[in-house]
Amino acid sequence: MEGSNMAENITLTVSRYRPEEESEPTFQSYDVPYNKDWVILDALNYIKDRLDGSLTFRWSCRMGVCGSCGMMVNGTPKLTCAVPLSDYVSSGQIRIEPLQFFPVVRDLVIDLSSFLEKLSSVKPWIIRDDEKPSSEGEYLQTPAELDAYKQFSMCINCMLCYSACPVVGLEPEFTGPAVIALAQRYNLDSRDQGAAERMAVLNEHEGMWGCTFVGECTKVCPKNVDPAGAIQLYKMASATDWFKSMLLPWGSK
Amino acid sequence: MPFWWWLQNRAYFNFIVRELTCVFVGVFAVLTLFQIRALADGPAAYAEFVSRLKTPGFILFNTVGLAALLFHGVTWFKAVPTTMIIRFGETRVPDQVIAGLHYVGWMAVSAVIAWILLLR
Repeated sequence: MEGSNMAENITLTVSRYRPEEESEPTFQSYDVPYNKDWVILDALNYIKDRLDGSLTFRWSCRMGVCGSCGMMVNGTPKLTCAVPLSDYVSSGQIRIEPLQFFPVVRDLVIDLSSFLEKLSSVKPWIIRDDEKPSSEGEYLQTPAELDAYKQFSMCINCMLCYSACPVVGLEPEFTGPAVIALAQRYNLDSRDQGAAERMAVLNEHEGMWGCTFVGECTKVCPKNVDPAGAIQLYKMASATDWFKSMLLPWGSK
Repeated sequence: MPFWWWLQNRAYFNFIVRELTCVFVGVFAVLTLFQIRALADGPAAYAEFVSRLKTPGFILFNTVGLAALLFHGVTWFKAVPTTMIIRFGETRVPDQVIAGLHYVGWMAVSAVIAWILLLR
């Protein structure tokens, strides 16, 4: 019965796309047994196991740390392993689509090569001018130094923020929230010496300046990374750098 | 992306409205410049300026503009804590404090202006 906690079934309307058969995605509905302990990923796996083995989607850890199972649920990007079916039992409507603003490979699987290219472009690793030999021991870091970047290190590359950001949809070459936040994760790491290199890459319209602070990226992020905050801080750092270069052209950082 | 992408959901719609309120900010700035010029041109010019402000068109514009500016200010203060990360040692100043201090500053400046305009 729809609308009551005794509901036996719930309907998932899932976007299907088989490039060898059709040129446009279509929707297919499946009736799935309602279980108050299930998340949407459980329902999708039920469909694949029992109803339609051809349904194709990505998932892995099923506990919100791998970032594989991101999809549009009723128009909002979510990790399907983290969304309970019970959220939708009263409306009875669950529409599952692939993450928007990415090309669709098949069904709910998207092509994320653009994201991976953007990610490597910002050199998301510790950059050192001078490497310390391991005989000298580890790079030491205080808790305060860790706090400076820790939040931005929580990103699991799930790309929900890309599907939430209208700029990604309007300007596909925009570097995007997660990548800029990850650049900041390294810029703000006391062990890193590569801020200037990353600034050169991101101090562009396709970089940080494409962001218009819509703020949806932070809203949908499942790990509280706050990419919007990372980007605005980066803009301030860029502006500060510019003023310094204007006022102290002979100075070095 | 379709031209009406910003009607897709409430968050996108609010974002575009927020951005459009900047137009009212700009128009008010220009209006203020005209006001200053009328002031400089003497009492007759200023009286004519004030009487033009009392026409229904301008009253409507100012009412809508006031709502737009309030929306502009509130959305800005909501966004500021994201951009202002102030730490004392290991503790970070809470978002509500940062936003709250902005409201306090806004009220303080408004009170000073009201005092100048109404009581002096």
